[in-house]
Amino acid sequence: MTNALMPIYVLATSLIAALVIFTLPERFHKVRTTFNLSAAVLKIVLVGVMAVGIANQLDYEFRYELLPGIDFILRADALSMLFAALSSVLWLCTTLYAIGYLEDAPNRSRFFGFFSLCVASTMGISLAGNLFTFLIFFELLTLSTYPLVVHRGTEKSLTAGRTYLRYTLGGGAILLIGVALMYGLVDQTGTITDFAQTGSMAELPAEQHVLLFVLFFVLIIGLGVKAALVPLHGWLPIAMVAPAPVSALLHAVAVVKAGAFGIVRVIYDIYEIEFAWQLGVLLPLAIWASITIIWGSLMALRQHEVKKRLAYSTVSQVSYIALGACLFGPIGTIGGIVHLLHQGIMKVTLFFCAGNYAETLGIHKISELDGAGRRMPLTSIAFTLGAFGMIGVPPLAGFISKWYLGIGALDAGMGWVIGVLIASSMLNAAYFLPILYRLWFKPVQGPWPDEHILAGRFETIGLLLWPTVATAVFSVAAGLFAAHMFSPLSWASLITYREYLP
Amino acid sequence: MGVDLWYALVGAVIIALSVFAFISARHLMKKLLAFNMMGSGVFLIMVGLPQHQHGVDAVPQALVLTGIVVAVSATALALVILRRYVRSGGDPAP
Amino acid sequence: MIPILLIIPLAFAILSLLLPRKWTRTIVIPGLILQLGAALILCLTIYTEGPQDYALGDWQAPLGISLLADGFTVTLLALTALIAALCAIYALFFLERYNREQFYFWPLFWFLLASLNGIWLAADLFNLYVGLELLGLSAVGMVALTSERPALKAALDYLYAALFGSLAYLAGVALIYGAYGTLAIPQLSEMVAGNITTQVAVALMSVGLLLKTAIFPLHFWLPPAHGGALAPVSALLSALVVKASFYILALIWLDVGALAVTVSAAQLMGALGAGAILWGSWNAFKTPQVKMLVAYSTVAQLGYLMMLFPLAIGVSEAAATMAWQGTILHLLAHAFAKAAMFLSVGTLVLAIGHGRIADLGGVSQHMPMALFAFGLSAVSLMGLPPSGGFNAKWLLLQSAIQSGQWHWFVVIAGGGLLTAAYVFRIFRVSFTETVRHEIQATHPMLQLSALLLAFIAIGLGFASEWPLRLMDLTGGGTP
Repeated sequence: MTNALMPIYVLATSLIAALVIFTLPERFHKVRTTFNLSAAVLKIVLVGVMAVGIANQLDYEFRYELLPGIDFILRADALSMLFAALSSVLWLCTTLYAIGYLEDAPNRSRFFGFFSLCVASTMGISLAGNLFTFLIFFELLTLSTYPLVVHRGTEKSLTAGRTYLRYTLGGGAILLIGVALMYGLVDQTGTITDFAQTGSMAELPAEQHVLLFVLFFVLIIGLGVKAALVPLHGWLPIAMVAPAPVSALLHAVAVVKAGAFGIVRVIYDIYEIEFAWQLGVLLPLAIWASITIIWGSLMALRQHEVKKRLAYSTVSQVSYIALGACLFGPIGTIGGIVHLLHQGIMKVTLFFCAGNYAETLGIHKISELDGAGRRMPLTSIAFTLGAFGMIGVPPLAGFISKWYLGIGALDAGMGWVIGVLIASSMLNAAYFLPILYRLWFKPVQGPWPDEHILAGRFETIGLLLWPTVATAVFSVAAGLFAAHMFSPLSWASLITYREYLP
Repeated sequence: MGVDLWYALVGAVIIALSVFAFISARHLMKKLLAFNMMGSGVFLIMVGLPQHQHGVDAVPQALVLTGIVVAVSATALALVILRRYVRSGGDPAP
Repeated sequence: MIPILLIIPLAFAILSLLLPRKWTRTIVIPGLILQLGAALILCLTIYTEGPQDYALGDWQAPLGISLLADGFTVTLLALTALIAALCAIYALFFLERYNREQFYFWPLFWFLLASLNGIWLAADLFNLYVGLELLGLSAVGMVALTSERPALKAALDYLYAALFGSLAYLAGVALIYGAYGTLAIPQLSEMVAGNITTQVAVALMSVGLLLKTAIFPLHFWLPPAHGGALAPVSALLSALVVKASFYILALIWLDVGALAVTVSAAQLMGALGAGAILWGSWNAFKTPQVKMLVAYSTVAQLGYLMMLFPLAIGVSEAAATMAWQGTILHLLAHAFAKAAMFLSVGTLVLAIGHGRIADLGGVSQHMPMALFAFGLSAVSLMGLPPSGGFNAKWLLLQSAIQSGQWHWFVVIAGGGLLTAAYVFRIFRVSFTETVRHEIQATHPMLQLSALLLAFIAIGLGFASEWPLRLMDLTGGGTP
């Protein structure tokens, strides 16, 4: 029985945290912070316990009938634990960071409430056991992130919020149509859309294959809005007006990852990789993802603001996950899945750094970063590590992803993907290295634009600095200790192993 | 053609006329009168038609009595609100 | 057990007229508890023992008044009792500023409740008429409560529409009685044939009921009446009153006159619904007044109810069942969500003193709970998960897929985006920090009762099986 309730507990930690935080009056800072952090720590512990259980072949499943013939399923499998672990660890880091970032800002109760709600939805997405449950939490995520995007209440952020809604609600509607058609036309019994039941779609009669082909792309378009596949990515750079912890959360953990995770689920747990390969849906998606990778990098080159450049970098990097998921063969799969985690920790580091520069020195433009390395060494080291990881310098996390993707592409007989990877890495270098050059080798140009926090014992306040350092350390560790049993790579291999050997 | 059917047919004519009046009249008082006329037409059908088809029947009489009570109270309420409305400066023929 | 549900509200209506004025408020809570308790007990009885009927005063039909309680009616009874209770608690605090109005409010409130219960329980077409008239009269009285000129005009328009509608209905009833010699619904549903008399009767009744349900293009009276009334009145009207005439409409089309209605007529009803969704959403998007926005939203949401007819008539049984279930869920979810929305908006209006949307800036800091309640109810109205509204939309979509009616699929799927377009107007303004108005303090119970209703609308997304299972217990009455 505890096994069935474990997913509920994991979901409830952030859901209850959200409700409590909403009801707490604005002035109860200490209570709110304590509660929020203990919920985050508790969640990591619970996820850890479940991860160990999964590794030992335990089942965690909670289900009940929500509508006639449709179950609400929360189930932990290896893939969901990957995403759950990412979001629970980064929840703690971003919460700490946000507490420092929003010190003395108004409406914190609302902010942290929706922040927790947003994490609850990502938890739901990771634990969803069928397409229907996935859809529920996918939409909840849209709703809980909107207040975060418009949090500042300025005209600019409200306009960004409107764009954000247009894209995400539109994507949600398309996804709903896809899911409804999937249940109504293909899967009245609810077995195919159940992520745990495998191999049934291949048994459908051949005349349904055209329909399945079309439905695949309806689902991918719905998911692709959140995963920021070009040209559905328009919301992402604009949503940069949000506070830095929100950007970090949207880009590294919640929204784009939810989309990418959904794509992985659709390919592996609904269509089954082998059947998807036969159906011929993987090649178009791989090409689409490749276009996004190159296009995002090209756009990133043209940006002059730090956060905007990082945003386009996200557009590019998230598509590695989709690309990896399209490579038929275990190695490519590992590459795609492991990048889900690697990109998360690297990107969150970069956004934390961007937030630190903005909060401490008032730096928003890349040209203002000259010489910041000496003023803020730890932040700049973290930024450098994150950037090198993105470029794919060994032995950092990003290198491992790219290595597996490359080998996987050869395995799958899609040699051209190597070209995409090389081109993208060159572009990554082209837009990150100038920043690093400015940070470390250029002299300071006069006073900082707007220095709020003076250098004391450390370069900035601890709550901004330590989460940044921590995530930077994670991204190095993920590369260095890739062979350890609970490293992202080993876990991704475990998922792949279970996926390919039923 | 019995007298009962006559009742029903006359009722239908009254309904048609009063529906026209209800829609075309602009004065709210006239509309209320048209409503009362329309009610009478419906009651005529209600008594006439069943008696024409199934012979003398007590049920429609009871129904019409109830209907009249309801119509009277509705008219009373309409009059009260209408008077208030006019007294507060509203135009009775908008 | 069944007549108690009529006796309680009627008794309290008379009590609140006769007792000294200071007592009318004191008896509200005991009355609500009795009412809610009776509804729940009846629910349990029906759930364990199956549908029941009751002849008032032991007079059998056709002369006597017979009442029928099956799974569907008790669901509606429980819904009514619950929403009425929460609206009444809200009204107790809201009406503190309206000294004169509150003494008229309570008798009307109890009469409204009695007539609603009467409609849900009625087992013949004439009692439905009486219930409809009583309902209309008490609702009109409530709209006119403030005695301000716009309210009186709205009440008059409402009254005239209601009276015209009930007479059209009654004319249809007269034809039915003329043709079949009975008005008892269980008997009629076995006797009624698809001849021309029945079709004329059904058409007359439908026009009347469409007018009373405010289905586009006969909705003109609803926005001023619902948008201009006091907040607890608007909530009751939008959540419950319009549903009563829809219930009768559904009864006639799917049960009593099932053989007389045609597929093309059902498609026409669906087209009216689609028109309602478009027109209501567009007006909600344009209006500068927050309460009018919510009222136009009701016009639009009623359009989804109309989808029942094309989706349930002339299709396979599986598709019809899903359409029916989806409609019920939509009815329930909309009732809770719309009541929550009117109550929360009423609190906001009370706090800033008037209802211009542009002036709602800064309310999120002062009344977070009211805004949160608005947000949750909006989630259900948009049909986003998790909410009762989403489950309803899902079932309607599945039904449209089953019967291959892709045009309705598009309408239902796209309608949610239209809803989003207008409800996010409120969010957008409320997130701005510039406070344009002095914000007055309001009683926290106002926000709490709205929040509770909104939580129920969301919770329905997780407990949809419940009402659906109860609904399955039908007797001879509903399909």
